[in-house]
Amino acid sequence: MRFLFKTDYEDDIKLFPHSGYVVSYGILLALLLIAPYVLSSYLMSQLVFVCIYAIVGVALLILTGFTGQASLGHAAFLAIGAYTAAYLQTYNVPFPVYFLAAGLLTGIIGAMVGFPALRLTGIYLVIATISFALIVEEILARWESVTHGNEGMRVKTLSLLGVTVPRDSPTFYYLCLAVLVLTIVGTLNLLRSPTGRAFVAIRDSETAARSMGVNVALYKVKSFAISAAITGFAGVLFAHKLSFISPEMFTLQLSIEFIIVILIGGTFSLHGAVLGAIFIVMIDPFLTYLKDDMPGIIAGIAATFGASPATAGSIQSSVAAFASLNGLKGAIYGIIIVLFVLFEPLGLYGRWLKIKLFFQLFPLYKRATFKRQKIYVKSERNR
Amino acid sequence: MLDFVQQLVSGVALGCVYGLIALGFVLVYKATEVVNFAQGDLMMLGGFFAFTFIGMMGLNYWIGFAGAVAAMALFGMVAERVVVRPILGYPQFSIIMATIGLGYFLRSVAGMIWGTDDLKIETPFSQGVLRMGSLVLAYDKLSVIAATMILCTLLWLFFNKTTLGTAMRASSENMLAAYYMGIPVKRVVSVVWAISAAVATCAGVLLAPITFIHSNVGLVLGLKAFPAAVLGGFGSIPGAVVGGVLIGVIESMAGFYLPEGWKDVAPYVVLLTVLLLKPEGLFGLHVRKKV
Repeated sequence: MRFLFKTDYEDDIKLFPHSGYVVSYGILLALLLIAPYVLSSYLMSQLVFVCIYAIVGVALLILTGFTGQASLGHAAFLAIGAYTAAYLQTYNVPFPVYFLAAGLLTGIIGAMVGFPALRLTGIYLVIATISFALIVEEILARWESVTHGNEGMRVKTLSLLGVTVPRDSPTFYYLCLAVLVLTIVGTLNLLRSPTGRAFVAIRDSETAARSMGVNVALYKVKSFAISAAITGFAGVLFAHKLSFISPEMFTLQLSIEFIIVILIGGTFSLHGAVLGAIFIVMIDPFLTYLKDDMPGIIAGIAATFGASPATAGSIQSSVAAFASLNGLKGAIYGIIIVLFVLFEPLGLYGRWLKIKLFFQLFPLYKRATFKRQKIYVKSERNR
Repeated sequence: MLDFVQQLVSGVALGCVYGLIALGFVLVYKATEVVNFAQGDLMMLGGFFAFTFIGMMGLNYWIGFAGAVAAMALFGMVAERVVVRPILGYPQFSIIMATIGLGYFLRSVAGMIWGTDDLKIETPFSQGVLRMGSLVLAYDKLSVIAATMILCTLLWLFFNKTTLGTAMRASSENMLAAYYMGIPVKRVVSVVWAISAAVATCAGVLLAPITFIHSNVGLVLGLKAFPAAVLGGFGSIPGAVVGGVLIGVIESMAGFYLPEGWKDVAPYVVLLTVLLLKPEGLFGLHVRKKV
């Protein structure tokens, strides 16, 4: 086990606490860079979605994980980013300009949402953000001169510095990866700065933060604006990846998916956003795989345990019928969310930390290390 | 003028349904500080149960209604035991996510069992209208209004006049203190979930002749019931119903007098405005913060 001996404050806020980080993240980055030459085009496409979801996840972590302000309206920010890109594109604005413009506009709107949110906490804030998202969805459907309403908008192929970048090319993947890495590094830097420290202070106790001299209102609005702006950037990439956007893509369902990303990944570390994004994007191909192959596998198992070919065949067909039921995916989603909340509240990254600590401390690991405290007095209402 | 009254009545009827769902939110929130995002889905499930009893098994409407309410009350207790009890006392965020997950699950499973078509229940109020002069009021809408009033009175009496109701109010104030005073808090919470599922079922069955039942009805109406609960302050039983009626009336007026598209947005615009001016809702308690 490695002991970090910290002798001053600089040690505490280092980007890479020790050389192990540089090596492991370097290897990870190298693997991601050679991915287009190894993986199939379908997996590459999924990887691009992982990048986009992870960017949104990081944005949501800044707001929900580190500032403690829940939001179920991030699909709306994504939509604003995507539509800004699509609209500016019709005026032949170059990519870097509309990319930045989308982030800027979304950031400004995020700050505007942040102001009313200053007075709201807990459930009121969640519902206010849901309302905001529903209003944006309706505006997108009705403001036909700009958004083309429910017909949706076609997004032209991305052209960067005179080179066209098709949405399934490796270059587009590298672009998304670059944005993701920049977002993560930027967020890490933000979180070690006074601003980030103020965010965390607000999350832990608003009253305590205020009495320490943190301007709570200012930092909450900042947090909303930064989170929205990052989501706006992701929106531009999202629009290009899909090449067609319409209002019904940016529903509450998508906002919930983003929350699931950070919930499953873990809300206390940026690792969570990436792990959660991988989980949520990869669950689709995984379920499809199960749907196609599971009936055969189960029938095979039944046959090895002595079932007659006729029984095995009927088992196979009934499992296949079950697997192709409409809505099975939603049910599995629901079960996964509930199971994570009940049994793995710290998410995938929390599980990784537990496994790591188990081996570091072996045989002295205690389960209680990660146990959360339960509070039965009416905390939220009187806080 | 006649149009106005007509819109007002249908708005109030719709609002009563929102109010009934919001009532479920408020009951659970008051007792356990859990915001149940699956409340609308409980309503949907209640409607499907009633459809099974009445439409498929051919039972009498009232027997089917009572059967659905009983079945859903039991279901509410099971859901509380399995999903909510293990995470009581944890931050609100995780509980909200758990109920969202529960909602997803119920919607999909209901879709798998009962299909995705719109289902209709034959009720004694399905046909027929009440004529007062030139004013025409449909019985199905009036039945919703009447049932809401009856349910509200019953709940009010229950909470204020019975021992169990007092125990519920006590555990909603402070679970730990109530436990020390000898109130079986766990059982109380389970009963609260049973009541809120039963109320949701009433909403679902009453709504069946008006909007039909399909697996997404809970999501759609649940999202409308949220503004209702928030307008009412999320902690007050009359507030929930008043909030629901307000939202219903706003929606139906906006649909009639404002250009197309406003109908769905108007409740949320009103909600955001109210939250801006009065962050605790119209009837909410203002609590001072403690460090």
